[in-house]
Amino acid sequence: MSAPIQLQPGETFILNVGPQHPATHGVLRVKMEMDGEYIVKAETVLGYVHRMHEKMGENRTYAQYLPNLSRLDYLGALGYTHGHVLVIERAAGIEVPERAEYIRAITVELNRLASHLFWFGCYVMDLGGFSPLMYALEDREYILDMLEAVTGARLTYCYYRFGGLYNDVDDDFIEAAKRFIPRMRKSLKKYAALVTGNIIFQKRLEGMGPISAEMCRKYGATGAVARGSGINFDVRKNEPYSVYPEFDFDIPVYHEGDSMARYKVRMDEMEQSLRIIEQGLAKLPGGPIMAEKKPKNIKLPVGDFYQAVETARGSFGIRIVSDGDKNAYRLKLRSPTYSNMHLFDEACEGMMIMDALAFMGSLDLVIPEIDR
Amino acid sequence: MSLTVLNVLVAVVIAIGFAALNAAYLVWAERRGAARIQRRPGPNINGPFGLLQPPLDGIKLMTKQIMIPGGADKILFMVAPVLAMAPAILSFVTIPFSDTIVAHNMDIGLLMIFAFASMGALAVLFAGWGSRNKYSVMASVRAVSQNVSYEIPMLITAITVVMITGSMDLKTITAAQTGGFWNWNIFPSLHSPLMPLSFILFFICSLAETNRAPFDLGEAESELVAGFHTEYGSMGFGLFFMGEYANIVIGASLTTILFLGGWDCPFGLFPGVWWFLLKIYLLIATFIWIRWTFPRTTIYGLLNLSWKILIPLSLFNLLLTAGLLKVF
Repeated sequence: MSAPIQLQPGETFILNVGPQHPATHGVLRVKMEMDGEYIVKAETVLGYVHRMHEKMGENRTYAQYLPNLSRLDYLGALGYTHGHVLVIERAAGIEVPERAEYIRAITVELNRLASHLFWFGCYVMDLGGFSPLMYALEDREYILDMLEAVTGARLTYCYYRFGGLYNDVDDDFIEAAKRFIPRMRKSLKKYAALVTGNIIFQKRLEGMGPISAEMCRKYGATGAVARGSGINFDVRKNEPYSVYPEFDFDIPVYHEGDSMARYKVRMDEMEQSLRIIEQGLAKLPGGPIMAEKKPKNIKLPVGDFYQAVETARGSFGIRIVSDGDKNAYRLKLRSPTYSNMHLFDEACEGMMIMDALAFMGSLDLVIPEIDR
Repeated sequence: MSLTVLNVLVAVVIAIGFAALNAAYLVWAERRGAARIQRRPGPNINGPFGLLQPPLDGIKLMTKQIMIPGGADKILFMVAPVLAMAPAILSFVTIPFSDTIVAHNMDIGLLMIFAFASMGALAVLFAGWGSRNKYSVMASVRAVSQNVSYEIPMLITAITVVMITGSMDLKTITAAQTGGFWNWNIFPSLHSPLMPLSFILFFICSLAETNRAPFDLGEAESELVAGFHTEYGSMGFGLFFMGEYANIVIGASLTTILFLGGWDCPFGLFPGVWWFLLKIYLLIATFIWIRWTFPRTTIYGLLNLSWKILIPLSLFNLLLTAGLLKVF
């Protein structure tokens, strides 16, 4: 038997949260220096699922690299492949048919909804409420079924192609999406009544884990984290791409900077995504879904190309340095969760462990996307 | 003499049987109830409506190896699960299910139940300390401070009832409430207009006493892995689990006896054990319903609720009742 632990007054101990801890939702390890239940210092340790996606991008052709992008964030994969096809199309000068861009916008928004729904369920589960997860998963199932019918996959989609899409949407998809919108609006009202209005939930979130706008800028936080701290930045509005300028939608911004603000931003974003899908379905033009003139083996001209897109978790950027070959000379992915997560170390100092983990949930971390 | 020994033996066997059966089938009821709330089927494979699930779970747990983590305090580690289950079973001995069905009636039945209930905190502390796991220690410290701070308002509320009835004998307390729902302690009478409030106080306290959501800080799955029973597998875990459900039955029975008239029928007709069982299972269903609806509170929110709201309220109620009893 080893010697008994004897803590001196004021002495701290190290608590390893993860890499197999239920609150981290993946293989993230947080080394916490604890004083009782209070966190003195926290250090996030990464790299447990590092798969060298950026290096793979330099060894594979652009088309071969396409499926890799959906393995970053498995909950909102379409947004990431969207970024990749956009940067390649712009660099190679490929004209995308309008119908394809509309379908891309609709499917990306559906995927964003699915991702936010999963986050919502898991977040409430982090706080100890189990039932909303099941309701959220039920709604998400409708989206996954719809996307499966057109893309052939449920999570790791490879639906977009350089110059268009793999597959056109059929009437069934459009019908299902039209049926889904009022259903989802009803569900959002239910969530507001069941979760947002709950006093325990409000008490745990309000004022918890405040992040200032300066701190967001310091760490490069984007997405709901930045918008919950009063930074009105959304790539879809600020650096418009695809057909987003043609849609009428709002960017929810809250100024409190606490977990509740981030929660509200995401809940409002779901409503806005529904608006975009509704307009997209109404405006959906006919025509081809694939560009007419498209080189078989894509080679980018020599140069440095960057494209940012707004994914479910924030601003995702892909930078390709091309030397004119059929694969990239250098490739860099700027993943939103990587930046958002680094807030945690600073923001959770002095918090109790239960509040810190509730705060971590509000950042909406997806570990494979941090580690890449 | 031999008859008394036999009586005691029969009573103990029945009490253990009742506690174990309740614990096993409340797990099933909870899982089915949770599934109904979450719109999924729940356990429905083994037997009709999944009714064979609890015995099969029991067999599975009993056939598993007992793992003791290295460096753990073996004696405390082994004693803790037994200590979690035993007081709950012992408490059944003095609970009157009807005016005839009671294993052994005692003058101080209420005091005995509270005495055994506070031993539950000891089990949690032993488990957490004996496991030599940081998560377990943190969880058990939480659970003990929670138990201590919720026993106070619970006891004060119980004293209010004892003052009205003038007895700590559970049978006498119930007998004083017979004759229809207007005689139950929960309804405002001349004694104290605040009785419905103290019923709610007592109910909240018994939720917190049993370490159940929204007060399940001792387990806090998403924070402290599995809390004080992180290191327990096989029947060690099984005993903690059964102890929790046995404690729920005790809590519900006590609430029924103190406030809802025990075996009394609401309309004064056919009083009997079925009314008692109906009342406790309705209360347990509420326990389950609450667990699957609310998120977890924080430890400081929980302690604040007890020390700043529940204790002053229950003390005020005690004073008011005392005053009104003196006046009328």
